[in-house]
Amino acid sequence: MKYEKEIKQAFKVSIPVMMGYGVLGFAFGLLLVSFEYPWYLAPIMSLFIYAGALQFVAINFFNAKAGYVDIAIATWFINIRQSFYGLSLLKRFKKTGKLKPYLIFGLTDETYALLTTIKDDEQLKKRWYYFFLTAFNQSYWFTGATLGAIVGSNIKFNTAGLEFSLTALFVVLCIEQYKNLKNAVPFIIGGVASFLALCFVPSDKMLITSIIGSLILMFTFKRRVENE
Amino acid sequence: MSSYEIYIAIVIMAVVNYFTRVFPFLFFRKNDLPPYVVFIERFFPAVIMTILIVYSVKDVDFSLAPYGLKEAGGIVFTAVLHLTLKNYLISIFSGTIFYMALVQYL
Repeated sequence: MKYEKEIKQAFKVSIPVMMGYGVLGFAFGLLLVSFEYPWYLAPIMSLFIYAGALQFVAINFFNAKAGYVDIAIATWFINIRQSFYGLSLLKRFKKTGKLKPYLIFGLTDETYALLTTIKDDEQLKKRWYYFFLTAFNQSYWFTGATLGAIVGSNIKFNTAGLEFSLTALFVVLCIEQYKNLKNAVPFIIGGVASFLALCFVPSDKMLITSIIGSLILMFTFKRRVENE
Repeated sequence: MSSYEIYIAIVIMAVVNYFTRVFPFLFFRKNDLPPYVVFIERFFPAVIMTILIVYSVKDVDFSLAPYGLKEAGGIVFTAVLHLTLKNYLISIFSGTIFYMALVQYL
């Protein structure tokens, strides 16, 4: 095989992600079909969107009949952290040629973490190694999501409360953020903005209102946010 | 949403999501980031995660018994588990199963 060494190395490095993406993807597929959406939306979304938290939130968008502009803005801010991943990869991706668009497309949290923490082996053709690593990760997410959706639409069981997997996911991500920042102010701002939006705004406008409100609060209390 | 609207929504999410990932490759070099961009980058992920927790329980009616206590219980359970065991898969799955048990058996 032409790229055997690159494939082998990429596979080895990607194994920890297999477990995570397989299981989380499965939960996503299960949740999607629990609202009676067709199973094939899971592979379609995992192929073209390929973003964990966003795909979970997308189910809420479908349920709430969210407006397109709201979806676009919410998507942007949910994934804004990804806009900064590329900065530390500008150099590494420079000589990746025609593979570059896919490498950028596949920059999820986990793929980014692997690409930036794992030492490059000088013997490897790097761009192909990056490519296979990215593709392996996406294939785990794709397979998990598709299986979850197929299993969920064929085996009926009581899924009441399954939607809490989304809440639990964000609780975990929130704690991880806190470990990085060690600063409670951004969380207080997010909490206050979303609580007020929950009380005073119709529920389909709640997310977008919270995002705009918290941006205003962040810049109003910029010093507080930065200093603590 | 109708299936037509769902496909449009998927296209929008796919395009915007790709845009967020391709953004730095299009616009920036590491040293000339405007300070407000750095500020948002550093602190907004924490803000949005908090918002998304509240967003994910927005359809709960807090004025009726049990007043959102099941959701609060699930959140506390998940958080405690994650702080002690530090394994995100265990936290998410046990938290979800705990909440499903509360909803289905209480």
